[in-house]
Amino acid sequence: MTQRTVELSILRYRPEEDDKPWFQTYQVPCDEDWVVLDAINYVKDHLDGSLSYRWSCHMAVCGSCSMMINGDPALSCKTFIRDLPEGQVRIEPLANFPIERDLVVVMDDFMEKLQRVKPYLIRSTEKPLEEGQHLQSPAELKKFKQYTLCINCACCYSACPQYALIPEFIGPAALTLAHRYNQDSRDQGRDEREDVVASNEGIWDCSFAGACSDVCPKHVDPASAVQQMKIASTVDWFMRRLGLGGGKS
Amino acid sequence: MSRKPYVREISHTTWYLARRRDLLHMAQEVTFLFIGIYTIMLLWGVKALSEGPGAYQVFLDALGSPLVIAFNWITFVIMLYHSISWFSVTPKAMPVQIGEEFLPGGIIAAGHYIAWVVVSAVIYYLAGGFNG
Repeated sequence: MTQRTVELSILRYRPEEDDKPWFQTYQVPCDEDWVVLDAINYVKDHLDGSLSYRWSCHMAVCGSCSMMINGDPALSCKTFIRDLPEGQVRIEPLANFPIERDLVVVMDDFMEKLQRVKPYLIRSTEKPLEEGQHLQSPAELKKFKQYTLCINCACCYSACPQYALIPEFIGPAALTLAHRYNQDSRDQGRDEREDVVASNEGIWDCSFAGACSDVCPKHVDPASAVQQMKIASTVDWFMRRLGLGGGKS
Repeated sequence: MSRKPYVREISHTTWYLARRRDLLHMAQEVTFLFIGIYTIMLLWGVKALSEGPGAYQVFLDALGSPLVIAFNWITFVIMLYHSISWFSVTPKAMPVQIGEEFLPGGIIAAGHYIAWVVVSAVIYYLAGGFNG
């Protein structure tokens, strides 16, 4: 197998020693089939055991190893070294999040926003157990299935210019999750989510830059979910003005 | 051990210069300036029309100045950029599901182009454009 030496430039931040982050470079002999995470693991195992970062599955499922690679948010386990331009590879913690240590970021804000949109099935009318399960047709499933594929890697928050400028913005992944449940035929919780979803900090803070969808490693397309909610919310507003219902007032 | 998370500040005035994607987004956002000025100019024309032939002639003379013609051409190109980039993303906002499948995005975008042409033709007709 062919090998090439790649220079990794990794942003370091050790809170007990450093006042601000700084770049440290490592020369890593990379195999042709290595992803960026393999190279970082090599650094950890052979060159510098003090480097901190998150990872788990190494197969683009857990969403832990997201980081900035040459300035763009991506899963390090899904980014092949051979696909990157020749020369130094710049690795930084996810943008728009505080750095806890090295490549580890503080994700509390993201977690709190996920909770705020009530990402679970809400029923206003409970069906008695003896009536059986809630059936769903393949067409009803298809309506939202794409939005179930999110792995909470937060690449979309890192790419979103609005989240960078307005930290209060609920953000792409959380709003997409709200849409996923709103679109689910078994759910009756749309009105409960509207207070957060249709607020200024919700869908109306989105400027449709589309960066979230560009970087999403699972092709969830958060931008589409948010725009669809904007239309639904606008229709609601007009329907209410016309006295024809249209969700929560 | 106490925590000391580091917050990376971003510039609120130059953030979009770092990535091409952000720069293109901002380019689309600033098109509103030209379209806004064009709209104000159009409203001025309507107002002039309501004030009589004299005022309207002043408006028409102003439209004929090279500066305004240049501005209108620039606005036309910018409006095309805005419209095309907008129509290209309409399938995201308005997916059409038929049975289990979604209509291809190209059809939804094409529908918007057709509507654009039809609406433009209707307005042109109402303005007497087809009367020679």
